[in-house]
Amino acid sequence: MTTQADDELWSAIADPSRRRVLDLLVGTGDVSASWLAGHVPFSRQAVSKHLVVLEQAGLISRRKQGREVLYQIDADRLDQATQALADVAAQWDRRLVAIKRLAEASHAEHKKKRKH
Amino acid sequence: MAGLVIEREVLIEAPVEVVWRIVTEPDQMSQWFADRVDLVVEPGAHGYMQFGDQGGPVVVETVDPPARFSFHWNHPSGEEPVAGNSMLVEFTLTPEGDERTRLRVTESGHELRDWPDAEKQRYTDEHQEGWGEFLERLASVLEARQSR
Repeated sequence: MTTQADDELWSAIADPSRRRVLDLLVGTGDVSASWLAGHVPFSRQAVSKHLVVLEQAGLISRRKQGREVLYQIDADRLDQATQALADVAAQWDRRLVAIKRLAEASHAEHKKKRKH
Repeated sequence: MAGLVIEREVLIEAPVEVVWRIVTEPDQMSQWFADRVDLVVEPGAHGYMQFGDQGGPVVVETVDPPARFSFHWNHPSGEEPVAGNSMLVEFTLTPEGDERTRLRVTESGHELRDWPDAEKQRYTDEHQEGWGEFLERLASVLEARQSR
């Protein structure tokens, strides 16, 4: 079960092209939308849309420098997002291990019965 | 697939029919998944899962024994799950010989929205990398930043 804030975060980073923008920002930081548009295979307009969603989710912030707007990641929020996803993955790992134990126990029981 | 979130798998030393039963029978599900599972395993069936003092609706999507089982969850109560308001959990069971089964689970959601179809397809084709890779890359970058 997720909260509203989780949902925003989730949907912000679920999109592969937004992850690409985020990746670039993680690697560089303090760059303009035009610079980003020069490094991805989609339009400047698409980059701007992605930046809005990422900013709403709190994953990036912007600041003005002269006439330019520069973007950078919010490391804490990104760390939190990474952790949230890792938690979901770990939850599934635990469930899969539980399924494995139940199935293997059930199978062993069945084989034992057949022998007798 | 667009918006792929999480994919995990496990190799089980039991035939595929046994694994199918554990994965799909509600009384078995309550042993590895939710505390309480009210569910009829039929496509389109609406059910409910209880986790501690929290719970939520579940809608079964695919039942294809003994290979595929999927359901939607995390959509708001009272709403039908559609792309964008829910997560899709999908189990795939693949026999490896008579007594071994590979079980894979994916949890995905939030398909690309508000994008022209041609563009969507192109981006999806270009960026097939899964979450594992993304997480590893992020984690290593964050570590590098923190140790600076």
